[in-house]
Amino acid sequence: MQVETADMVKVFSRPQSLTAAKSTYCPGCHHGILTRIIGKTIDELGIAERTVCIAPVGCSVFAYNWYRCDAIQAAHGRASAVATGVKRADPNLIVFAYQGDGDFASIGTAESIHAANRGENITVIFVNNQVYGMTGGEMAPTSLVHQKTTTTPAGRDPAQVGYPIRFSEMIAQLDAPTYITRQALFDTRRILDTEEAIKKAFENQVNEKGYSLVEVLSTCPTNWRMSPIASNKHVADVVTEVFPLGDLVDRR
Amino acid sequence: MERSVVIAGFGGQGVILAGKILAQAGMDHGLEVTWLPSYGPEMRGGTANCTVVTSDSPVGSPIVDEPSALVAMNRPSLDKFAALVVAGGTILVNSSLIEAPIERSDVRVVSVPLNALAAKIGNARTINMIALGALIKATAIVPLETLKRTMEKAFEDSGKAKLVAVNIQAIEEGYNAA
Amino acid sequence: MGKRDLLRGNEVIAEAAIRAGCQCYFAYPITPQAELLEHMARNMPRLGRTFVQAESEIAAVSMVYGAAAAGVRTMTSSSSPGISLKQEGISYLAGSNLPAVIVNVVRGGPGLGDIAPSQCDYFQATKGGGHGDYHMIVLAPSTVPEAGELTMLAFELADRYRTPVMILTDGLLGQMMEPVELPEPIDPASIPAKPWATTGASGRDPNIILSFDLDPEVLRQMNLDLQAKYRRIEEAELRYEETMTEDADLVIAAHGTMARIAETVVRRAREEGLKVGLFRPITVWPFPYEPLRELSSHVSTVLTVEMSAGQMWEDVRLAVAERAATPFYGEMGGIVPTPRDILSEVRKHAG
Repeated sequence: MQVETADMVKVFSRPQSLTAAKSTYCPGCHHGILTRIIGKTIDELGIAERTVCIAPVGCSVFAYNWYRCDAIQAAHGRASAVATGVKRADPNLIVFAYQGDGDFASIGTAESIHAANRGENITVIFVNNQVYGMTGGEMAPTSLVHQKTTTTPAGRDPAQVGYPIRFSEMIAQLDAPTYITRQALFDTRRILDTEEAIKKAFENQVNEKGYSLVEVLSTCPTNWRMSPIASNKHVADVVTEVFPLGDLVDRR
Repeated sequence: MERSVVIAGFGGQGVILAGKILAQAGMDHGLEVTWLPSYGPEMRGGTANCTVVTSDSPVGSPIVDEPSALVAMNRPSLDKFAALVVAGGTILVNSSLIEAPIERSDVRVVSVPLNALAAKIGNARTINMIALGALIKATAIVPLETLKRTMEKAFEDSGKAKLVAVNIQAIEEGYNAA
Repeated sequence: MGKRDLLRGNEVIAEAAIRAGCQCYFAYPITPQAELLEHMARNMPRLGRTFVQAESEIAAVSMVYGAAAAGVRTMTSSSSPGISLKQEGISYLAGSNLPAVIVNVVRGGPGLGDIAPSQCDYFQATKGGGHGDYHMIVLAPSTVPEAGELTMLAFELADRYRTPVMILTDGLLGQMMEPVELPEPIDPASIPAKPWATTGASGRDPNIILSFDLDPEVLRQMNLDLQAKYRRIEEAELRYEETMTEDADLVIAAHGTMARIAETVVRRAREEGLKVGLFRPITVWPFPYEPLRELSSHVSTVLTVEMSAGQMWEDVRLAVAERAATPFYGEMGGIVPTPRDILSEVRKHAG
């Protein structure tokens, strides 16, 4: 079909800071939306030429492919420590670590907490989808009580494996962090809220305000075995009950 | 010529510092030296020892199995190291704390009442410098003046210049007592 | 001769790193290398450089990974149990072709072991240590001044080959003091440009630092490239020292602290009329197989002496093959063989 473009105005396009690489994320997964928000933020702040992305291990291991900026792929859980190393080596760089719940809140527990406690002037995006997506849907530290995963086939039993960990609340107990917030992407309003939060988290770093953490509740339709629409509804109705949305710390 | 000294005593007797100053004095005298501490929990109480090797050619082993001299500041140190001293070597005994006779006849024994001399000087912490004064008299590892200069600089560098005079006195007391 | 100072091995390594242009140092406290960490804590901030006491060894080496990726000279140090924890990061450094210096002041093992000197981490240092097909350049100093010189060299080699380099020493050398003429600080302009570093994609395509590719064909090529680099290092960077080997009938093979103790043994053995020499690898990876092979065809015995159950001994036997007898003498657990102990072994095998 031929489209007449003479009288049309472009109102939406791919952010400059994103590459043309094809996404490897599943349909309905929120990583894609989040990636776009980060790209848009980098554009708006004009920082692409001094941004370094720290990619984790997990579904977003390929994060370095999506952004048109320098990137480092870190060992599982170590992204916040690697970000520390980069930022200390060159404080002029804008460093963001993009980490899933297994990476940030399980195997990287020590690195995550201590980077926050040092008040490293970095931005951490923590994607909480309550499941290990890449390895096949195993239990995450954030999996909900009774959530069925491939390693909790009868549902997460708190008597055996404890409760979903509210990592952002834990970090919010520390004195150093500047900004800690939990956001979601299940509807337009939340997407706009997340955009605002992420922009704030990057601005804090640009303005040398210190450590910012944006936790983003995300979906995993594939491993949740739900449709994308049902997944969104699940986040809105169930997940936010366990992980309430909103700012936990804002000390700018 | 290579010479090796084991300085041993209770933690707190200044054994480690005495070794460092002896090594530094050896270096200031133009010799090659090594200084090796016993490290770890021994640093904090218990027994302590260190080994100093001086030589006019590069030092090989910093581990000494046949020391040419032993400074025994207390009885356990004497028991532990006396048998190792090379025949013809020197054992400096702190006779204030060690009453037992030395079983060996093939070494030179120099008895100096370190604690008594320190009491006479009026500063109990000078026993390590009294020991060094006595040691260099008995062994001539470094000249007296070199030792005094090295000690003076070491104390000044660590902000303890006011202790120099009493430690000069200690070195001389030891030197004269040996 | 310039000014000599009486300095501890650990402090000399730290100071040499500073003079080699180390910009970022990250570490976690452990005996017997605490003086190294403390020297850096006192001096790096004063020089406007980075010192971070990390929350763990794993975090420390991960910070090194980040700083190395960002293009600065960087170092971490630890002792045996801590180096075990760093293996993840070392494997990543090797896989990502990142230059960094790692210091292992070895203590007795396995497990928590003790804090006394040992050479029990030789396998870990020279054969990989972490997962994957990789090596580090491993330098084994035997005197305090040499510890300083090799630390300077370590930074140079790390940058030249984009590889992690380890200083393999032990608690004895770390703790002992010797007169040292500290090396002159390098000219920062002499550090090679790092166009591959993540310094911000300004006026160029983005730089990506990674150690993986899920396509086996691609990963195979990455491995082949690594191996080609290792062959270049083997060609160009072998370092070793021979003492009184010209007429020797028995040669002691030893590295690091053990080698300097063996020097005293050589001297004493010669006084007894025994024709004894010393072969000391300075690079324990790459191991000087060829020079030792050559030497072994002129002697009857190569006696390996180590503070381990016989780790370097395996490399010695690979080099010597059947050309000479290859007995072993070692101590473990932090016991340091004395010259007398080694001399009695020498007497058993000599003549």
